[in-house]
Amino acid sequence: MNKREYLGALFLTIVAVIFIFSALSMHPFGSPTEGDMDQYIIDNTVEETGANNGVTAVVFDYRGFDTLGEATVLFTAVAGVILIFRRLKK
Amino acid sequence: MKGMSIIVKTIANFTFPFILIYGLYVIAHGHLTPGGGFQGGAVVASGLGLMLVAYGSEWISKRIKEHDLSLLESLGALAFIGVAFCGIIFGGVFFSNFLVGTGNLFGGIPLNGAADINSGGTLPLMNFAVGMKVIAGLFAIILVMALATLKKEDAI
Repeated sequence: MNKREYLGALFLTIVAVIFIFSALSMHPFGSPTEGDMDQYIIDNTVEETGANNGVTAVVFDYRGFDTLGEATVLFTAVAGVILIFRRLKK
Repeated sequence: MKGMSIIVKTIANFTFPFILIYGLYVIAHGHLTPGGGFQGGAVVASGLGLMLVAYGSEWISKRIKEHDLSLLESLGALAFIGVAFCGIIFGGVFFSNFLVGTGNLFGGIPLNGAADINSGGTLPLMNFAVGMKVIAGLFAIILVMALATLKKEDAI
């Protein structure tokens, strides 16, 4: 093994140790910790947004700014692909 | 890319309207049932991709221009941000749901879990904007890639 492979093995070990520690410190599977925000959204979604679908209410109303970023990501991806392939076409 | 056989074309003709209707249903009922603008837009864009595979990129590039798709995607993004800015004007906060509870368009509040399509405030408008954007964006990616491979094959 040369120097580069030792370096790669070292990095992989560090990443694996970090992942194992974070997996051990997670809450048990199937029993998420409840926050105040969860119960608030469950109780008030229909009155505040008028939508039956709570997920859409969170995505487009409570976390609308996050969706704006998501749409920007899609827009940037499409613009980049069109830019590259239009150049290829000629 | 050339079109495929008559069997594939017939099956694509048969299934394309159903895919289109299902995708538009997912977009329009985004505030009532699982789904929304992103998911329904992906469904409609895959239906258009099916037509592209069945009929070839030359056939479809005569009917749908890539320029129009870019225009449609930009209009969708502008409509999305426009509805969000209308929240500042009418509701005071960015992304404020100013239409809910007014009784006008999309202003109803469903009682006892009844599914009323005329509810949700700005959510259906944003679903339509995002759906338009995702349809145009995803199909523009597929179309541009297909056209690029076509030109390269001709050059070789």
